[in-house]
Order: sequence, then structure tokens, then C-alpha cells
Amino acid sequence: MALLEIEDLRVRFDTRDGVVKAVDGVSLTLDRGRTLGIVGESGSGKSVTALTVMGLTRLPNATVEGRVLLDGVDLLRLPGDDLRRIRGKRVAIVFQDPLSSLHPLYRVGKQIVEAIQAHEDISERAARARALEALREVGIPSPEDRLASYPHELSGGMRQRVMIAMALVLDPEILIADEPTTALDVTVQAQVLELIAELQREHGTAVVLITHDLGVIAETADEVDVMYAGRIVERGSLRSVLDGPEHPYTWGLLQSLPGATRGRRLHPIAGSPPSLIAVPAGCPFHPRCPYAFSPCSEVVPPLVESEPGHANACHLPAATKREIGLGLRTGRAAA
Amino acid sequence: MATRPATDPPVPRVAPARDGGPPLTAPGALAAAASSSLLRYVLRRILWGAFILLIVTALTFVIFYAFPSADPAALRAGRSATPQLIAEIRQSLGLDKPLYVQYWRFLKGLVLHFDLGYSYQNQTSVRSELFARLPATISLTAGAFVVWMLVAIPVGIVSAVRRRSLVDRAVMGGALVAISAPVYWLGLLALFLFSNDIGVVPLLPGAGSYTPFTVDPWRWFTSLLLPWFVLAAAFAAFYARMVRGNVLEVLGEDYIRTARAKGLPERDVVFRHALRSALTPIVTIAGLDIGILLGGAILTETVFNIPGVGRYAYDSIVNADLPAIQGTVLFGAVFIVTANIVVDVLYAFLDPRVRY
Repeated sequence: MALLEIEDLRVRFDTRDGVVKAVDGVSLTLDRGRTLGIVGESGSGKSVTALTVMGLTRLPNATVEGRVLLDGVDLLRLPGDDLRRIRGKRVAIVFQDPLSSLHPLYRVGKQIVEAIQAHEDISERAARARALEALREVGIPSPEDRLASYPHELSGGMRQRVMIAMALVLDPEILIADEPTTALDVTVQAQVLELIAELQREHGTAVVLITHDLGVIAETADEVDVMYAGRIVERGSLRSVLDGPEHPYTWGLLQSLPGATRGRRLHPIAGSPPSLIAVPAGCPFHPRCPYAFSPCSEVVPPLVESEPGHANACHLPAATKREIGLGLRTGRAAA
Repeated sequence: MATRPATDPPVPRVAPARDGGPPLTAPGALAAAASSSLLRYVLRRILWGAFILLIVTALTFVIFYAFPSADPAALRAGRSATPQLIAEIRQSLGLDKPLYVQYWRFLKGLVLHFDLGYSYQNQTSVRSELFARLPATISLTAGAFVVWMLVAIPVGIVSAVRRRSLVDRAVMGGALVAISAPVYWLGLLALFLFSNDIGVVPLLPGAGSYTPFTVDPWRWFTSLLLPWFVLAAAFAAFYARMVRGNVLEVLGEDYIRTARAKGLPERDVVFRHALRSALTPIVTIAGLDIGILLGGAILTETVFNIPGVGRYAYDSIVNADLPAIQGTVLFGAVFIVTANIVVDVLYAFLDPRVRY
């Protein structure tokens, strides 16, 4: 059995402007120790999916349907107090902006100690020792002093290391990293990704890496889910998605990636992601898709396997998709 | 009085995040440097406060002594005074001297002896009058403060956590009424309802029953209950709305999401994480309000006939008793300036991001 299984997850928010369908039928699995990359633009529902796993979308105006199974236990139907025991202990999360995600008025050490004591009945002293160890493990220099630092006294990279230390201090089975490098300097981004990968190897943690940057995924992920407008439009192993992308949206993402098409013009995807209040009928990507044809505006394409372990949701004939996808790869190889 | 302070609450200067890695100095040296810079900050604030008070003295002096609308000598001489008497008084008080000489003498007496002059009404020292009345005003302010905070904080929290519930709507509606009700109306209402002389339900001592704590603590307490609640009503309502707003705002912060994601019980999320941030700005505003009230809660003291600084101010105004009015104004200014300094320093302790 997979460690984490999400089945037909649907998350809707009632807002003043209408119903936002943030996640619209997402299914995915994550095995122990593996890394799943979820890629998509802002508003594709990737963060809401992650927050829902943590039970952080239990809001008065939210409707959540489907199942989120952790070792077979449905987190969506767990009473609040049982869910609390899982948060941070078995599933931990690292957010995008470490400055706003750390409490500005509490010292770093206290915030980590608190995370430990929320789940384990140990003394302040013992918890501090573990917090210190966690800071050391994420490579923070002079961790003894940093325990007494306030978040604003640290640099962006150090803050994110603190967040990672806080998330991993209880050795969770799953680490969700929601755009963990987006708010950081480019020079620090690689370090942080490296750190996550390294800790994952040592602890055997399964990682869900959420990003808008295919480059980030290419470094670390085993499997990739490409999300668009609250749905998964392509899924597969990292190699199969990078080498033989099958969905026009994935093609667009690859062509707008600087590293992948070195020496050639970048091709940004035209248009912008749809409003999740009024998602286009049929394939939600069709208004931006250069290959759209008659059924695209009417029929929602289901996610269908083209080969074992590789699936896409697109009406184009399989041969066309393969041809264009391989063309992209040779384009990259030539560059 | 339920008016907002004219001065804005201090906006903390938040230090921008340094992105240059951890500080290079040893923590001990850092702490020492911090405490000495804090000391400099406090001194700077005190000097600035003294300067403000100087301006207040100058303004009150000019208004009361230089404007022709009120001739101090004539006021002092009383209604049926001969021009000769007025001239004599003018001379004996030094009012015939140039203005800057008068101001200098006034300032010298004020700074050296805290001399606020003598009341025109009964020749008593304004300073002794004010100090004699201060305990009543402090009693009123302190009690009302306790009442309004004890009401506002729980109500604000419940309202925020149960936003849009029936409780929230009812309480916030009530708050609006309490804010809108003037003290002189609410005070009279309270007296007509509960005072033991004219009240429908004679429960508590009414107007003019104030007894100093040193004389009879129990009577002190009961005589102040009605004034405390009346004075606290508008403040409680205002603060409850403020607490509610702040808690709601903080509950939407990313670090609250982090606290939940860590698996903290909701109780800790609200009381330890949200409240810590939500109450910090309220402390500063409360400090200023206390400062203002210590300068005299004029309406409440007048309605309940409490012999405090505010009542003295009211009587002085009614009698056009210039030195007494000037004294109460300066007295109030001292409290407000002091409260400002205390609040700024307190904030530096409460929020580590404040740079001073």
C-alpha cells in the first residue's frame, strides 16, 4: 500500500465572487522514501492540495470531498484532535516564505521546542537539545546562538533552514515542501534543495515537492504530476515526463524553461491561468493551447495512460503527442 | 472620556530583515550594545518629552496671559473691583512686566518648585489642590482600566474566534451601542437605576459618595463601582472591537498556519501565537489611554461628583480660574507625555523587531 494516497480530491471555496474550484478531482500516490514533484502555475491547485493533506483547509467556507489516505487512514474524516497528532509528527510542511511563516515575536529555539512538545511529553531541556541537533543537521552555523535568535535576525536561507529543521525534528514520514525556494535568493535555492534531498536520503522521508519551476523538479523528483486549473494533466516518472512530455501544457512549461532550451528563444505560454471560479468548459487549457481542436472546448479529457506509468489528459492523437514531445527532447538535446 | 487620543499610537519602526547571514558579534557583546542603545533611546525620548512639555507651557501661558480675552488681573480682582484695585493686583502679580519676563518667572517657579501658582478662587496652591485630588483620579482610572480590559480581551477573542456567529454579532452590536453612549448619559442612567439615593434599584452609593481608600477601603470600592463601569463601558467596547480585529488579522498570518501545521492544539494557536501578536499593539494604546485618563476623567468625575483632577478642571473652567486651568492642562500633559515614553519603551521590549 502506498504511504499517501489521494483519491478524487475536490476542494471548493465559497467566496463573495463565487465558488472557487481550487482542486477538481485530483488522485495521486506517494510511496515511502520517494519524491513526488507537483508542477504548475500559481492557481493550479497544487498548494491547496498540500494544505488539504495537512487538514489546513478545514475552513467554514470550504468543501472538501474525496479521500486522503495516510497508511490507509482517511485524514479528511479524522476528528480534529487526531488530525492534530499527525500534523508535524507524521506529515510536516515547509512553506514558501520563511519570514512570514515563523512567528516574529518568538525565538527560533522556542518555536522548534514547541513543535516537539506538541507531540512528545519531554522536558524543555531535552526538547532544546533536540532543537539544537536539528539546527546543526540543517547546516546552520553556531546553532547554539541561533536558538536564541529571532527570525528577523536571520538571512532568508537560514530562515528556510530553520523551517526545515522544525519540520524534520520529529522525523515525519512525509515532508511537503510548498515552493520552498521561491522566496529565496537564486544562490541559496540550490543549497536548500540539496539539503532537502540529503535529509531525505538520511531519514528515508517521502517528499512532496511543490513548485512552478520544472527545473527544480528535474533536480530531485522521482515522479512528476503536472497540474493545471485544479486537475492533473500529465503524470509519470521524471524521465518519461521530461523526455517524452505528452501534454501541450507540459510542452509549454518546458519551452518556457531557460535551461531546457539553452541558446534558443524562450516561449512563454500565451495567456494566463483561468479563473477557478469560471473554469473553461472541456479541457481547461484549451483557450491557451495552440493545438486545440473541436472536442477540446466541449469534452473534458480524462487522464489516460499512454504507456505504463505515464498518463496525460489530452484529446490529441497519441502519435501526434509522441511526435511533438520527442521533438522537444531532440530540441533540447541539440542545444 | 471616551475620545481617542489626539496623538497617534506609536508606529513601531520595524527593522528590515538583514540578509547578510547571522550577526558576527558574540551574543554577550550584542546584548551589552543593545542595552546601552536602549538607554540612549530612553534618554532621547525623555528629552523630547521635556521639549514637548516646554511647548505646552508656552502655549498655555500665551493663551491665558497674553490674549486680551482674559485679563488675569481683572479676573483675580473679582466682579466689583475698582480700576485701582485691578492696577494694584496687576503690579503685585508682575502682570505689568513684559511678557517674556512673566513667562520666565512662571517657568522658573514651575521647574524649580513645581509651582503652579494660586487659585483665583480661594488662594490655595494649585499644586497642592492637584496632588490632593490625584488619588481619586488614580482610583477611578485604575479600576476602570481593570474592568475594561477584563471585559474587552475575552469578548474580543471569543468574537474573533467565533466570527459571524450569533455571539459575535450580538456582542459587537452591543459594543457599538456602548461606544456611542456618552458618559454623561450613561452615568446619569446608572445613577437613576442603581444609586442608593435616587436609583430604581438602590444597590450602590451614588454621586458624591467617594471615600478615600485610606479612610474606608470597602466604601472606596463600592462608591467607585458605578463610575468604574460607566467609564469603562466605552473603553471596553472600543478595546473589544480592537482585540477582535487584531486577533482576526493575526489568525490570517502565515505563522499561524505554521503553528497549526506543527500540530499545536488550537488553544495554543490562539492564546500563545495569535494573542501574543494581537495584544502587543493594544498595550501601547492602553498605556496612552491611561495617561490621558490620569490627566482627569472630566465627564465621569463630574457626573459622579468625584473630587479628582477632572472635577477640578471642570470647576476651574466654570470659575474661569486661570492658574487652576493651566495647572490641570500641564498636569494632563505630563501624564500623556510620560505615558508616551513608557509605551515606546515597553514596545521595544514586547517586539524584538523594533529598532531604537
